[in-house]
Amino acid sequence: MDAVIASLPQYWDGFLRTLYLSVISGIIALIVGTILAAMRVSPVAALRGFSTFYVEVARNTPLTIIFFFAAIVLPRLGVKFEQFEVAAIIALSSYTAAFIAEAVRSGVNSVPVGQAEAARSIGMTFIQVLGFIVLPQAVRTVIPPLINILIALVKNSSVAGAFFVLELFGYGRQLSNDYGDQVLWILLGVAFFYLLITVPLGLLAHFVERKVAIAR
Amino acid sequence: MTSVLYDVPGPKARLYSLIGSAVGILLIVGILAIAVATLAQQGIFDAERWEIFYGPMAPDVWSLIGQGILSTLAAAAVAAIIAFPLGIALCLLRISLIPWIRIPTQVVLEFLRGMPVVLMMLFVLLVFATGQFQAVVVGLVLYNAAIFAEILRAGIQSLPKGQREAGLAIGLRSFQSRMSIEFPQAVRRMLPSLVAQLVVLLKDTSLGYIVGYEELLRKIQIMADFLGPNFLFPAFFVGAAIYILINLSVSRIAIWIERRGSKKTAGGVAAPSLRTGLMVGGNDPIAKDSVEGPEKK
Repeated sequence: MDAVIASLPQYWDGFLRTLYLSVISGIIALIVGTILAAMRVSPVAALRGFSTFYVEVARNTPLTIIFFFAAIVLPRLGVKFEQFEVAAIIALSSYTAAFIAEAVRSGVNSVPVGQAEAARSIGMTFIQVLGFIVLPQAVRTVIPPLINILIALVKNSSVAGAFFVLELFGYGRQLSNDYGDQVLWILLGVAFFYLLITVPLGLLAHFVERKVAIAR
Repeated sequence: MTSVLYDVPGPKARLYSLIGSAVGILLIVGILAIAVATLAQQGIFDAERWEIFYGPMAPDVWSLIGQGILSTLAAAAVAAIIAFPLGIALCLLRISLIPWIRIPTQVVLEFLRGMPVVLMMLFVLLVFATGQFQAVVVGLVLYNAAIFAEILRAGIQSLPKGQREAGLAIGLRSFQSRMSIEFPQAVRRMLPSLVAQLVVLLKDTSLGYIVGYEELLRKIQIMADFLGPNFLFPAFFVGAAIYILINLSVSRIAIWIERRGSKKTAGGVAAPSLRTGLMVGGNDPIAKDSVEGPEKK
């Protein structure tokens, strides 16, 4: 226990870095993922093909491999990062974007056909149909799965700890080295800080899910 | 292909689409060409760098890769075999009618689902001082059993109420009705999600790299360290390709099972689908959520 109390500053620093990684990667992934989903349903075959390829490959690649590529292989190829956080954000957002694209796409599918038909019958173009009619309605059904993806993102950010970024998991490894006799408490402390993020997000997902279910 | 999102393209739109596609392909090819040229400048494509895969070193290199694949698959297989029954047990406890069984199980499940798998692996490794293999397997089992339990619970809850009522009405006990009426249907209905979770489990074995388990990625790194930095990219390239191929083929199996299952569904209600077609209009957010429910890793 004393080890945990003694290393509270490190925990706090790690907690903030985990939050930082998750928030930045989450925002990038949301934007890229939505664009990928729009490409996936677009009339242009090349865009559809590219998006399908990207999503399939990214979803089937272990995150550790993407991290290995971003943090170890890329620098060897001459792409130098000043901070490894940048590599971590690239890896996390490119991985998560694929899952977000899938969720948004299934949200698009959940909007009743009549909505798109009505929009088209008054002469809207594809971009207008998607931007003004379908996506705003898809957002409702998509939010609970999106929150689940963001929870997974927070947990996935722990992989960064193994690739030179001192976030919660990274500090956990370091501290369990420093306090070899109190590993149990050190790691439970790390777990507590993760749950501090994931449990409220999970409750939020449940709440929103219930809201949406009633509204429909 | 027709979609409700846009008109069936006329000749003009087809032309534009064709031009757009051509430009897009050219753009991607251009970016790839620049990347390849940059890599070539660094000598990545020099024959001697790839010689490890066919030259005199090849048998050793491939046997190392083979060992890596085997230990990846072994960890995944053992974890899956233990996690599934444990998931069923946890699911039974989670839907138990007795509050003092149900509520603690719920807390445990939330705890397991809310934690990074790597952290559990490290925890097992350091606190119980096990070997790396055991740490990887236990970490995977704990996390995936919790997810399996949630998937099965969603499956049971998606069954029509009458199934259980009918079971109870013919005199089955609650537990008997669960096991002989509800579970078989739930498993069948949730098979696509269960197999999809198996893909996640397989992917997560790569986290073993972090706790020092000698799976494929770790073998690749050991190989690159041994052979020298020049061989890092070729080794990584081959390793990543193998990983992706294995995962893609398991994913294909999952999609195949889902297609097969959706033709003959149990219980009269169509099983929730993992990948709905473009705007099929099937509008059932609850069924969808139950599929999206389990977190992706």
